[in-house]
Amino acid sequence: MVAMKGENCVSIAADRRFGIQAQTIATDFQKIFQMGPHLYVGLPGLATDTQTVMEKLRFRKNLYELKENRMMSPKVFSAMLSNMLYEKRFGPFFVEPVVAGLDPKTHEPFICNMDLIGCINLPNDFVVGGTASAQLYGMCEALWEPNLGPDDLFETTSQALLNAFDRDAISGWGATVYIIEKDKVTIRNLKTRMD
Amino acid sequence: MRTICIGCVRISQNNLELGVPPFANPSENLARFNKDENGREIKIKFDHGTTTLGFMYQGGVVLAVDSRATGGQFIGSQTMKKIVEINDFLLGTLAGGAADCVYWDRVLAKQCRMYELRNRERISVAAASKLMANMVYNYKGMGLSMGMMLAGWDKRGPQLYYVDSEGTRTPGKVFSVGSGSIYAFGVLDSGYKWDLKDEEAYDLGRRSIYHATHRDAYSGGIVRVYHMTANGWKHIDNNDCNDLHYKFQEEKEDLGKYNTIISYLCALF
Repeated sequence: MVAMKGENCVSIAADRRFGIQAQTIATDFQKIFQMGPHLYVGLPGLATDTQTVMEKLRFRKNLYELKENRMMSPKVFSAMLSNMLYEKRFGPFFVEPVVAGLDPKTHEPFICNMDLIGCINLPNDFVVGGTASAQLYGMCEALWEPNLGPDDLFETTSQALLNAFDRDAISGWGATVYIIEKDKVTIRNLKTRMD
Repeated sequence: MRTICIGCVRISQNNLELGVPPFANPSENLARFNKDENGREIKIKFDHGTTTLGFMYQGGVVLAVDSRATGGQFIGSQTMKKIVEINDFLLGTLAGGAADCVYWDRVLAKQCRMYELRNRERISVAAASKLMANMVYNYKGMGLSMGMMLAGWDKRGPQLYYVDSEGTRTPGKVFSVGSGSIYAFGVLDSGYKWDLKDEEAYDLGRRSIYHATHRDAYSGGIVRVYHMTANGWKHIDNNDCNDLHYKFQEEKEDLGKYNTIISYLCALF
């Protein structure tokens, strides 16, 4: 799972494997979820918690938007997620969330990740998560540069992800890349190694 | 001249004997170091995880293996050679600890060559596999981890043996070894017949390994196929799992289209 900042755009991408240890169960598993027109959250980790956390988040976000009658910004969303995870400090959800989006008003790019009990990390280049995070840090450190346009950002994100999980036994089996821009979101499924 | 030696390991003159820890009965006492002070297991992560298979059929023996080497979840290599060419009429497959397999196969190759020079004839597969089984049995319980197949062609014809570090040694027709073996067996058993043609046998081996690499995270890379014939071993081919996947998927889609046409025609009449 990786998210990157670009010039007026952000990307978020993940593999599609669902497996139990060495055994691959499915290769069409979704771990990136849309939380708004320009807001996405990736939840790599224990599959059951991925889905539970996603549903809890969607519920709380909808309630906020109904009460306040305005869109939730990525910053607020991350704070909410962080607090939600810390509520379970001594029996946590096993997920390492990654949030990527554009501010609904200013369209300012936003990315962040956090650990399983909600410690937020807000860098201005890229964030990673999941089992191939060490490999992803290496790839992103080498490939990322400031002010990438949407096409270059797609290429950089895809290459970083693909080459990272070719060095991780339990990641891969397909990948999805989201490029989030002001007036469009592009979703692409990548052709990858299937072993 | 005096040498100071405090609890040092005795280095044996015989270079086939490995250094053992300097205390009595190592196979029992060594096990005590596998637990920490709280009784939790201390695991050494070395290269593990494999799919290998071998089967005998009308045309000889086919061996097929993957090429991924992993240390824990990390992929160390995608191009490892897991079939060792011991001599022109003897092949060994590796599964388990990479270092153990490579080392002991090298020792076995030397022993087989020594036998050839002493007796002016090639060693039988039965004898070679017994040499291997006996060698590793000396270290039973000390953490060796290997499961290998030995395939060969000797006076008695084609041969296939399974040998592992627990001391098992058994001849047989169909074997699969490693973490992906359960998946390989599924395909292999459903397609296996004694009367397979050569090409069909290679394809069965390839398919079995490919399906194992698809399901098993610790198997992957390249599928290597070897054939043991009366004239010695032949390397058939190497195929990248990636190419195989998209080739097989295309075949599946073509079959799907064919079936829809058939069922459509059936419904018509």
